[in-house]
Amino acid sequence: MDLLRFATAGSVDDGKSTLIGRLLYDSKSIFEDQLIAVEESSRRRGDAVVNLALLTDGLRAEREQGITIDVAYRYFATPRRKFIIADTPGHIQYTRNMVTGASTADLAIILVDARKGIIEQTKRHAFVSNLLRIRHLVLAVNKMDLVDYSEQVFQDIVGSFYEFASRLDNVADITPIPLSALNGDNVVEKSDTMPWFKGSSLLYHLETVYTGGTANHVDARFPVQWIIRPLSQEYHDFRGYAGRIAGGVFKPGDAITVMPSGFSTRIKKIHLPGGKELDEAFPPQSVVMTLEDEIDISRGDMLVKANNPPEASQDVEAMVCWFSHQPMQSRGKYLLRHSTKETKAIVQELRYLVDIETLHKKEGASALGMNDIGRISLRTAAPLFYDSYRRNRLTGSFILIDPGTHETVAAGMIV
Amino acid sequence: MPTYSLDHLDQIEAEAIYILRETAAQFQNPALLFSGGKDSIVMAHLAAKAFWPARIPFPLLHVDTGHNFTETIDYRDSFAEKLGARLVIGSVQASIDSGRVREEKGPFASRNSLQTVTLLDTIESQKFDACLGGGRRDEEKARAKERFFSHRDEFGQWDPKNQRPELWNLFNGRYHPGEHFRVFPLSNFTEMDVWMYIQREGIELPALYFAHEREVFARNGALLAVADCVPMLETEKAVKKTVRFRTIGDITCTGAVESTASNLDEVIAEVAAARQTERGTRADDKRSETAMEDRKREGYF
Ligand SMILES: Nc1nc2c(ncn2[C@@H]2O[C@H](COP(=O)(O)OP(=O)(O)OP(=O)(O)O)[C@@H](O)[C@H]2O)c(=O)[nH]1
Ligand SMILES: [Mg+2]
Repeated sequence: MDLLRFATAGSVDDGKSTLIGRLLYDSKSIFEDQLIAVEESSRRRGDAVVNLALLTDGLRAEREQGITIDVAYRYFATPRRKFIIADTPGHIQYTRNMVTGASTADLAIILVDARKGIIEQTKRHAFVSNLLRIRHLVLAVNKMDLVDYSEQVFQDIVGSFYEFASRLDNVADITPIPLSALNGDNVVEKSDTMPWFKGSSLLYHLETVYTGGTANHVDARFPVQWIIRPLSQEYHDFRGYAGRIAGGVFKPGDAITVMPSGFSTRIKKIHLPGGKELDEAFPPQSVVMTLEDEIDISRGDMLVKANNPPEASQDVEAMVCWFSHQPMQSRGKYLLRHSTKETKAIVQELRYLVDIETLHKKEGASALGMNDIGRISLRTAAPLFYDSYRRNRLTGSFILIDPGTHETVAAGMIV
Repeated sequence: MPTYSLDHLDQIEAEAIYILRETAAQFQNPALLFSGGKDSIVMAHLAAKAFWPARIPFPLLHVDTGHNFTETIDYRDSFAEKLGARLVIGSVQASIDSGRVREEKGPFASRNSLQTVTLLDTIESQKFDACLGGGRRDEEKARAKERFFSHRDEFGQWDPKNQRPELWNLFNGRYHPGEHFRVFPLSNFTEMDVWMYIQREGIELPALYFAHEREVFARNGALLAVADCVPMLETEKAVKKTVRFRTIGDITCTGAVESTASNLDEVIAEVAAARQTERGTRADDKRSETAMEDRKREGYF
């Protein structure tokens, strides 16, 4: 069955978790014992109604504070599709967890509180979604029950979001839906409280929206993850290269080049895990390849097609989201992890910082602080084999790791 | 243009395989936590596929409470032999005998929470730096928050309020001496996915998962198996019923459900129609609202 991964986004308390709870509840994806547990917790807490946000806010600290701290993953299916939901936190302090949840999503639901309209955190999350190349957005104008289900309020918010979004270059479509997560209006069923709204319910949209996935099927890229040498009687000479196809299509017989060594050979066979032979392999398949010639290949190398190689360079330009309390410094040294490769990297220059409110570039900044987004140039100890993130999410992304604390301090997207 | 698309089972399989290989590549000395339950069986099956035609490059680790169904132990031994995998056993009984932990008393006693100490002791003595677990995010609300690569401090503790960001398919398995990781390749599998995968792959399961006759008694809304390690109260009565298990942990906390589902098709139909979560029969989760999170913070699976 078809699979859609989507994430929620938007400011704190706009109703993201309540919406996911409502979506699960109204689509009958909640088990009786889960519902009873949530009813009991709500009663103990003195909530006036059953608090459906408790279905995803599962941590003790989240339940105590009534906010989401870390992303929760939930699963449900309708006869049309399977869904993996990432319910992310709205609080600015936990932006890194929002980015975590959004990094694997094909679609984002940006929630807005109808009373408050578009605020800075809405813009931040919309900007991050765009940066991550989430091409499909739903603008969910929530809490319509608190504004008398007013069409005017809805239209004003949609208008100002479109104005902001005109600068989000990766977004292919925006679908505005007015709803009340609390009451379930326009979540699973269309509601007669808003007869002026001619669009479909949120669930219907999620079931039918065409996303086409994010994979690149053009540029053949196979980062070697692990070498398989059984050294057994039966497979005495077997030497297989295991990994996940990061781009393009590979077939047995294809001429390939190994980066960085530059040696060329042909693919002998491609096996699925467990051994079944394949005629062709494409993302996101995990496979094992054998080659015609014995070549020295190790983890971190990349098999590509000779006529269409990736960039190979020690200098990269990238947009980064900074996650650490310790600001990023120019000349700062980090470990960089890109596909299956790890190398050292030094920040050459912080080119500019993005002003979230206006999307203007602030040049001349000296450091990138927690939750800041900016453009940097990096120099790596070993060459990276990459494509722009725009072209390929898997070969265009990296993370930076603090060599002292081992924390993941940044997400990077190669320009 | 041909369309390159994968069925959802193929997608989550490819993801799990990627995680298993990444674990082998990033860590010095990983182990696969094998309980004999369906999730760890599926995980071990995936590991065998991930490294084909070589053997799984790490051992299976079973934390044995001493209160396991004999079917589980038999299955464990023959499964490990079939895979050609080394089996490491951490014994809760040994932890009790050596005074590392004290056994709970009374009819509601369970060795479930004692397992954490045995697990952490075994990780330390064997110098494991990553333990692959079969936990799934759909199982429980704290598990829904867990990363694929989940960091544990030098006390084996999970800090859910301060997890490392985890982006795309880039996993950061770096740690300081004494720390370790838990890795969850099945994170994105649901209970239904696991059953459909078992069916698709023709994986053999312990007979406990299918309907059979057994002496059981009712406690806290669950049916517990009659066994030496679960003393019954005066008021509790043993009855013979046709039951099966939806999850398998140790005998003291694993509840059975009444069922006539005797093959995979019937089990899948039953799972599809179920109105209770599979862990609804687990006494260990009922101890408090955040029982799972609390145990996981301490270092539980
Ligand atoms: N009246 C009304 N209240 C709502 C609606 N949706 C959510 N709320 C309330 O808004 C508050 C915040 O809801 P949450 O779902 O926790 O918000 P959130 O966006 O998940 O917040 P964070 O995850 O912390 O960013 C709760 O008190 C909800 O009951 C709605 O449609 N109408
Ligand atoms: Mg929330």
